[in-house]
Amino acid sequence: MYSNDTVIGPIGSSPKEAPEVQFQWPAEGLTAIPDWIYTHPQIYAREVERIFHGRTWNFVALEAEIPNPGDYKRSYVGPTPVVVVRNTDGSVHVFENRCAHRGVEFCRELRGNTKEFVCPYHQWSYDLCGNLQGIPFKRGLKKEGGMPKDFRNEDHGLRKLAVTTLHGVVFASFRDDVEPIEEYLGPEILPDFEAVFKGRKLKILGYYRNELPGNWKLYHENLKDPYHATLLHSYLVSFGLLVAGNKSAMIADKTGRHGTMASAKGDDVSTTVDAASKQEMRAFREDMKLNDPRFLEFVREFDSPWSVTMQTIWPNLIVQRELNTLGVRHIVPNGPNSMIMIWTMFGYEGDSEEMVRHRLRQGNLMGPSGFLGLEDNEAIKFVQEGVRRSPTDKGVVKLGGTTEGTATTLISESAIRAMYRYYRQEMGL
Amino acid sequence: MFGGDAVVTLDAKLAREWRLEIEEFHTQYCWTLDRGGIEKWPEFFTDDAIYRITARENFDSGLPVGLVYAEGKAMIRDRAFAIARTQMFAPRYMQHFTSNVRVTEAGVDRAKAISNYLLLQTLMEGPTTIHQSGRYLDTFVRRDGRLLLQERQCIYDTLIVANDLVYPV
Repeated sequence: MYSNDTVIGPIGSSPKEAPEVQFQWPAEGLTAIPDWIYTHPQIYAREVERIFHGRTWNFVALEAEIPNPGDYKRSYVGPTPVVVVRNTDGSVHVFENRCAHRGVEFCRELRGNTKEFVCPYHQWSYDLCGNLQGIPFKRGLKKEGGMPKDFRNEDHGLRKLAVTTLHGVVFASFRDDVEPIEEYLGPEILPDFEAVFKGRKLKILGYYRNELPGNWKLYHENLKDPYHATLLHSYLVSFGLLVAGNKSAMIADKTGRHGTMASAKGDDVSTTVDAASKQEMRAFREDMKLNDPRFLEFVREFDSPWSVTMQTIWPNLIVQRELNTLGVRHIVPNGPNSMIMIWTMFGYEGDSEEMVRHRLRQGNLMGPSGFLGLEDNEAIKFVQEGVRRSPTDKGVVKLGGTTEGTATTLISESAIRAMYRYYRQEMGL
Repeated sequence: MFGGDAVVTLDAKLAREWRLEIEEFHTQYCWTLDRGGIEKWPEFFTDDAIYRITARENFDSGLPVGLVYAEGKAMIRDRAFAIARTQMFAPRYMQHFTSNVRVTEAGVDRAKAISNYLLLQTLMEGPTTIHQSGRYLDTFVRRDGRLLLQERQCIYDTLIVANDLVYPV
C-alpha cells in the first residue's frame, strides 16, 4: 500500500506532527536524532529550500539515457519536476517541467525524442535549451488581442538549471554557485565513483520505481549504517558478502554528507565468519545453500579493492555496485513521510550476452523485490511508523562512541553522526 | 507490443481446449500462492524455465531487467526459499485474479497465452489495495499430462511499486 492508503494513524493524526514543535536538537548532540526531522512539514520545506534547491548537485540522469540529439527524460530535482534533454550540439540541458505561461507540466512521457517542446494547453513552444520560441497569436488577430508590444520571448523561457556532467552522470542545481563536481564529491568519494563510471560507456538495462513510505534521510542513513547490513540481511551475512570481520570500510567525505560503504567479499565464507560473529548475527543461517550458485559469482571487472561499494551522494543519489549488479537510485523526496525511488540499472557497452544475464541474475539482490532491497524498504517503513506514532521523541546513535566520519569497523554509526553535523549546519538546527 | 493478434488463425477448437486448461492452471497457481504455499511455487515450472517480473516501461522499450529475474528452476527455488525462510518483511495477504486468457499459439503439447492479472495486497491493519495490474505472457508445455510454465513474464502497469513486492506474481 502507498503511504496515502494508511488507515490507522494516517499522516497528520499524531500530536507529534503539530506545528508548535520547537526545533531544539537534543542536548546529547549528535548521538541523538530528534524525530521531528523525519516528520515535520516545516523541516521538510526547509530541506527543499536549503538542500535540494540549495548549493548542491542533484543527480538527474545518466548520459546513456539520452544518447542522441533531442533525447529527453522526465526527472526531478528534490521534489521538483524537470526535463533533461540533449541539444543538437550534444550539450545537456535541464529545465523546470513547467510552462512559463500558466504553469502546465508539459512533458508527460517518461522518455522520448523531440525537436522542440510544445505545451499542450496553448501551444507555447520551446527549443531544446528551454528558450521560448513561439506563441500562437502573439500579435493577436485582426489587430485585436495578443501580447503587449514590449513582450520579449527572451524574458519568458523555461526556468533553466545549472548542469554538470562527470563520466556520463548528469547533475543539476537551482544554484549557479556550486563548486565543481569533482570538488563537490571530494577525494574520499571520487575513486569509487570513477571505478563504476570512468572510461566506460553504460548500457541501460531497465528501471524500477517504488514509493518508500519513509523520510528521504532514512535512505542515506541506511547506507551509512554498516551495522544493519551485518544483521538484517541474511543474504549478505550467510554468503559472506558483508559480515563483521570481512575487509570493509565506511568512508565519509570531509563534509560528512557523502559516503561509501565498501567491503571485499571473502572467498570462503566458512573461514571468514568466525564463531563469535556467527553467534552475534541471528541472520546467519548455516543451512542456507543456493541451488544456483552462479548467482553469487563475482567477475572482477573493477579497478578497486572492493567487491561492493554503495555510495551515498548528497542529496539524492545512490550508486550501487554490488558485485556485478550496477545501478543508480534517484531519491525523490515526497513530503516528510515518503520518498519515490527511481532505480536505473545498467551494464557496460560491449558486455557479452552472458555478462548481461549475469548482471540480471544478480539484480535479484536489489530493487523493490531484491533479497536485500525489500528488507531495507520494510525496515525504513517501520522506522517512519515508529517515529511518527510514538510519544518517545528521539533515536540513539551511539555505536562507536562520538566519532564522526570514516570508520574502519562496521559496528559504528560514525558516518550517520557526520551526516547530521553537516545537515544541522545547512539547516540552521 | 504484446502480440497475440494472430489468434484468429488458430484452430478454434484447439485454442478453446487450451484456454480451459490454462484457466485451470491459473486457478491452481494462484490458489497455491494465495494460501501461502510459496515453497510449492517452483513446481509450476520446467527445469529450464524463465520467470521475470518487470515494469511495462521496460517491456515496451525492450529493456531486459527484472524486478524478479530467474533463469531455471534452481533460481526459482532459491527465491522461494528466501521468501519462506530468511527474508524480513511485514506479514501480508495476497490475492490474485486472472482473466482474459488469450491463446496465441496452440500446438499439441505447447502453447502460448496472454492473460490479465490483478494482484491485491492486504497488510495487517491496512486496507486491501491493488498492488499490481498486469499481464502474464506465458509459454506452457505439457509434461506427463500436466501443464508447466516454460516461461512466465509478468508485465505490470503499476510502474510505481508500493514499497516492495514480496511474493511472486
